[in-house]
Amino acid sequence: MLNFHKSDQAPLVSLNNAGIRRNGRWLVRGVEFSISRGEIVTLIGPNGSGKSTTAKAAIGVLKPDEGWVEKMPGLKVGYVPQKLAIDWTLPLTVERLMTLTGPLKGREVEEALQSTGIAHLARAEVQHLSGGEFQRALLARAIARKPDLLVLDEPVQGVDFSGEIALYDLIKSIRNRTGCGILLISHDLHVVMAETDTVICLNGHVCCRGTPQVVSQSPEYLKLFGSRAAKSLAVYSHDHDHTHLPDGRVLHTDGSITEHCHPDDGHHHDDHAHGDGTHEHVHGPDCGCGHKSRLQGYDTKESGRV
Amino acid sequence: MFDDFFTRALVAGIGLAITVGPLGCFVIWRRMAYFGDTMAHSALLGVALSLLLDLNLMLSVFIVAAAVSLLLLLLQKRGALSTDALLGILSHSSLSIGLVMVAFMTWVRIDLVGFLFGDILAVSEADIDLVWGGGILVLAAIVYLWRPLLASTVNPELAEAEGLQPERARLYFMLLMALVIAIAMKIVGILLITSLLIIPAATARRFATSPEIMAVLASVIGALAVTGGLFGSLHFDTPSGPSIVVAAMGLFVLSLLPFGRNRQAETAIHSTHGGHH
Repeated sequence: MLNFHKSDQAPLVSLNNAGIRRNGRWLVRGVEFSISRGEIVTLIGPNGSGKSTTAKAAIGVLKPDEGWVEKMPGLKVGYVPQKLAIDWTLPLTVERLMTLTGPLKGREVEEALQSTGIAHLARAEVQHLSGGEFQRALLARAIARKPDLLVLDEPVQGVDFSGEIALYDLIKSIRNRTGCGILLISHDLHVVMAETDTVICLNGHVCCRGTPQVVSQSPEYLKLFGSRAAKSLAVYSHDHDHTHLPDGRVLHTDGSITEHCHPDDGHHHDDHAHGDGTHEHVHGPDCGCGHKSRLQGYDTKESGRV
Repeated sequence: MFDDFFTRALVAGIGLAITVGPLGCFVIWRRMAYFGDTMAHSALLGVALSLLLDLNLMLSVFIVAAAVSLLLLLLQKRGALSTDALLGILSHSSLSIGLVMVAFMTWVRIDLVGFLFGDILAVSEADIDLVWGGGILVLAAIVYLWRPLLASTVNPELAEAEGLQPERARLYFMLLMALVIAIAMKIVGILLITSLLIIPAATARRFATSPEIMAVLASVIGALAVTGGLFGSLHFDTPSGPSIVVAAMGLFVLSLLPFGRNRQAETAIHSTHGGHH
């Protein structure tokens, strides 16, 4: 279901049945969601499930091959890509990185660096930063331009656990302070930011969506994460009848294992569970849903794809 | 004004070096050295076409270089071969087609060596106007395109997401390269153009603390190399184009000496130190 609780205002961006196809294969298909001001949407899913692709479609880097994407006119985006390799030959300090895509006042740069805790690294070359420091620098760059929509593709990668909590707290405070919408891609299948309004689980399609369960309300998780982390983290329990294994495959309740889950997951009924081998497709053979019919060997390479 | 051939060579060479400095930086940041080479090699095809069709030489070289880069874009989109292999094919086949065409045109006598290695000492006042006029145009375009070009060098998707149109920047960059090659051909020659793009920029890297400083330094270092090379060629009676490249290489080697390293080490220590706060 779409998140309508902020429907009084037009969404910043909305995807309508969006699909992206590359080399005859659907990377992701039938994606529907919208992000409004002040809303945090988290995308989760295994590697190769189309999270980054979906995020790129949302901000217009990729054009959908089916469906459509509506953006608010004049939408200002701040983007932290999943991977960013800066060539050694390019002399770029953290400070200079801040104004890469648009001019900023010195004060704005300083504030952004301070809020991400790397003000002392302003003059360091980006190639000398550690993974976590670089991630903070990219986040600082994205927020310094005061975007309407912040798109963060695995922003906590390479950051240690307490750093992760700190970054989630920062993202929360950015949302509260500026009221921007945030599209967050999580590297974790189950643990998401507590402030998330909507979690969307992708696996080539929208598997399921819902709201996370706040950790601090559950004693066992509270014990597991500690009280500080519990305020920032939440657990998303997938309300469909299959489990995503770490390698991207899917374990169904009936014990069968498939490469991907079915497009209608979340609406599964026992009478057409996987494993009967005769299940009907509502779409083409290259839909990427990884049904039994195309599991004869060649599909295995796709799992684990980034 | 420039009645002495040596002065003319110096003025044209320095003008060219200043023009190619910033462009050369983008060539190494974007890892496009081989691409530059390919475009330069295709210039000989431009020369042959200009003779065959009686076109203006520079215009013809510009058109062929631009066409080759567009062809590369098309072939890349098809994605059957790696860019590396495509460049190798385009580079040497356009050079060879040019050479073969010239061989067929028995009615023209051209100084092939002059085109391949340049003939800076034969620069006319009209050439000087062209180098400086074209150079100012190229530099103005680079200043105007600086932000989208730099942002898309760092990450095209980031640039696209934040509204900077990296594809357009890339197209303009290719056209600027074609223009620079057309201008530079007479001065350093087809085979040496890329070295004037790359070596000063690589030398500048050691001393630069920002992309902008690196671009300016590349121009300055290029101008020094041209000056040194020309005086060397006058003194030792060596060919001017290669002498300029040797001078540029000399400056690059100088930049590798310890004073360059200290600076790097300092930066490294500084940032490591910073990390512990």
